[in-house]
This record gives sequence, C-alpha cells and structure tokens, in this order.
Amino acid sequence: MRVDLVLANWPLFARGIWITLELTAIAVAIGFLIALPAGLARARRMPWVAPALGVYVYLFRGTPLLVQTFLIYYGLAQFDWIRSSWAWELLRNPWWCAVIAFSLNSGAYATEIMRGAFETTPRGEIEAAEALGLRPWMVTWLVLVPSSLRRALPQYGNEVVFMLHGSAIASVITIQDILGAGRTLNAKFYLAYEGFVTAALLYMAITLLLVLIFRGLEGRYLRHLTVAR
Amino acid sequence: MGDLLRYAPILLSGAFVTVALALASLALATVLGVLGAAGKLSASGIARAVALAYTTLVRGVPDIVMLLLVYFGGQRLVNVTLGAVGLPAVDLPPFLAGVLSIGFLYGAYLTETFRGAYLGVPRGQGDAGRALGLHRFAVLWAVMLPQVARLALPGYANVWQVLVKSTAVVSVIGLEDLVGRANDVGKTLREPFLFLIVVLVVYLAITWVSNLALEWLERRAARGTVHAR
Repeated sequence: MRVDLVLANWPLFARGIWITLELTAIAVAIGFLIALPAGLARARRMPWVAPALGVYVYLFRGTPLLVQTFLIYYGLAQFDWIRSSWAWELLRNPWWCAVIAFSLNSGAYATEIMRGAFETTPRGEIEAAEALGLRPWMVTWLVLVPSSLRRALPQYGNEVVFMLHGSAIASVITIQDILGAGRTLNAKFYLAYEGFVTAALLYMAITLLLVLIFRGLEGRYLRHLTVAR
Repeated sequence: MGDLLRYAPILLSGAFVTVALALASLALATVLGVLGAAGKLSASGIARAVALAYTTLVRGVPDIVMLLLVYFGGQRLVNVTLGAVGLPAVDLPPFLAGVLSIGFLYGAYLTETFRGAYLGVPRGQGDAGRALGLHRFAVLWAVMLPQVARLALPGYANVWQVLVKSTAVVSVIGLEDLVGRANDVGKTLREPFLFLIVVLVVYLAITWVSNLALEWLERRAARGTVHAR
C-alpha cells in the first residue's frame, strides 16, 4: 500500500469528501421536502394524488439508482426538444443530473418512511389536540408532523447512510466525489487498490459518524421512549 | 419499437447475466450470513469479534466501492499470488468479481437477519430437543432451522430486493449485464432513453416475480403456525 501517494494527493480526497457530503446533503434535503407533503398525502389517502405518488415511490424504490442516474444523464439527451430547451443547461451537467436523480430517489424512500410515521401516530394524540380546540392546520403542523418526525428518526438515519453510499454512483458520471478521487489516483499512478481502499475507509468513517449523530439525535428526541434500566 | 424487437435477444442475454449474478451473489451472501450469525452467537470471543468486525466494516462501504476494490485489488492479489508460485497471471473475470463483492457485502446484512431470527426462536425449543435425546446437530437441523427460516424470510426477502438492484453496478467494470447491454445498444442507436426504460421495466419484473416466490415461501414456512388476529 502506497500511503505516501495517498497523502501526497490528499487535496484530491479532501475535495472528494466535500463533494460527497454536499451531494448527499442536498439529495436528502430535497428528498425531505418531497417526502413531507407526499408522505402526508399517502397517509391521508388523498384521491388521485396518493395513487400517483404510489407509482412514483414504486418506480424509484424498485429500480437501481445507477439506472435512474443514467436515464437522466444519458437518456434525456435522446430528445431534441430537451436539448433545445432551457433545461438543457442543467441536464448536460453531470452534477445537476446526479442531484436530480439522487433527490428523487431519496424522496421516494423517505415518502414511505414518513407515510409509516404518519400512519402510526396514536389516535389519542390527534384527538387530544382536537379536544384542545386546535384548528386542523395546527393539529397537522404542531402535533402530527413533529410527533411523526420523531418516530421517523431511526429509519431516516438509515436513509441518510443509504444515500451516502448511493452517492458513490456519481463517480460513474465523472463527478470527482470520494470514489472519483480514488479512481483518479489509481489511474494517475497505475495503482490497483490504494485509491479504493482510501475511499472505502473514508466512506466507513463518514458512515460511522452519521450513525453516531443519529444515535445522539435519537437520544435527544426519542428520550421519552427509552426504557429505564 | 422495431429497434427494441431487433435487440431483444441481446437485452435478454443481459437480463440472464443479471439474474445469474444476483442468484450466485445471494448464495455466497447466505453462506457468509450463516457463518457470520454463528460467529456472533458463538461462545468464543474471537469468533464474536471477527463477526462484529465483518458486519460493522463491510456495512460502511458502498457496493460500487467494494466492487472496484475486489475487481482491481483482487486482480493484483491474484497476479502476485500466482507470480510468487511461478504460475502465469490469469484475468479475474468481472462476473466473479461481482459475485465476490456483492456476496461479501450482503453477507454482512444477512448476518443480522439470521442472528435476529435465531434469537427469535424461544430457547425452550432447543432445550426440549436436547431433552428428547436429539443430537446437537439434529436439534439445529430439525428443530431450529425450520423456525429460524420462517422468522428470517421477511428480512431475507428485503436483502434480496436490495441485492438485485445492487447488481446494476457491475456494468461499471464492463460486465455485459442488463444495464451494460442496454447502455451500449442505446448509445449506438442514439436511443438511450428507450433502452434504459426497458431496463427499469425488467428490474421491476424481476422484483415482482421474486416477490411472488418469496410470499409463497413465507406462507409455506408458516405452515402450522397460528396467526394472531
């Protein structure tokens, strides 16, 4: 293992870490913005909207993220009307294609997480809010949503790790994320594994960090659920 | 449409590679999962530590990183090993690299599935088997296995669904799986969107068929159990 080469090219990896974190954070954030209303609509079985969202969730959860990314990056270029539209400025850029694909993917998984959390809200909690005279929007935003977010926290932690790992696909469409840095290093010095080992260790470290962060959040926001031992 | 029909045999051979890769990886993952669970439940501290290191480290690495590491790093390992004993180098086939990396990765997830299922069987079952004079292995085979299998099936089904989608990354190392084939043909014909949509449909079909099979297995494994409700 040529550790010296890894260290000498550390800026490559530092940039890669930043890009991976940025990509993951944006995808999870947009995914959350999709999932909150979409999960609510699914849980409330809104006519037309809920089935349509069901199709969205089914498509994105049932197929590989790599193919979804290819479809947006390579696939959309097939259509002349897209190439000549304003959107082409975004869609010709691998970064935005990755952002779009990852966000839609994370949104689909998170929609189901939020739907589950909404549906498992104890009936009494809503009744109590209504009995206190809260208006329907207040019941939703002051009681249902905060309480569901707490319950969604453990699964959401899994989703964030899943997205972090999924984001490594970005390197396939030329983005210089952590894995991209590893591939560049290997290609530059004809190395077999140094770049990949470094990438693997970095992903492991970030995963561990995320797990610890979410464990901390759970300790804080799910404290009422911890069993006294 | 005409293009699709003309290239259907090529896509079909790609789909066959994808399914074969997924099944072979699942077989390896199952073996590693059983070994991992046995390690985690073992009385030996060393076995427990090895199993813990396996599940913690491996689950922190994205599938595509594992694949590239095994493919390029493994090739180096093969060359060095063969060179040391004076044999000519051989190529590590991408299919084998895919099976090894995906199997190794999902074995770590199955370890947790099997461990949980084993712990879900009441202790008294094994004790009763021993009390009846059954050999230790007979208890494992005839008493524990059928019950562990029933409890493990839902988690096993989950891992399988994720594993199938993971196989898409092997197209990155040039294996002519469904994604690789569709990508090549789509680019050549300048119809990448069309062919990638076909890939999505085939993946949905694979998960749909395997869902039916797994539901049947779950029903079969639950023979003789009384459902609550």
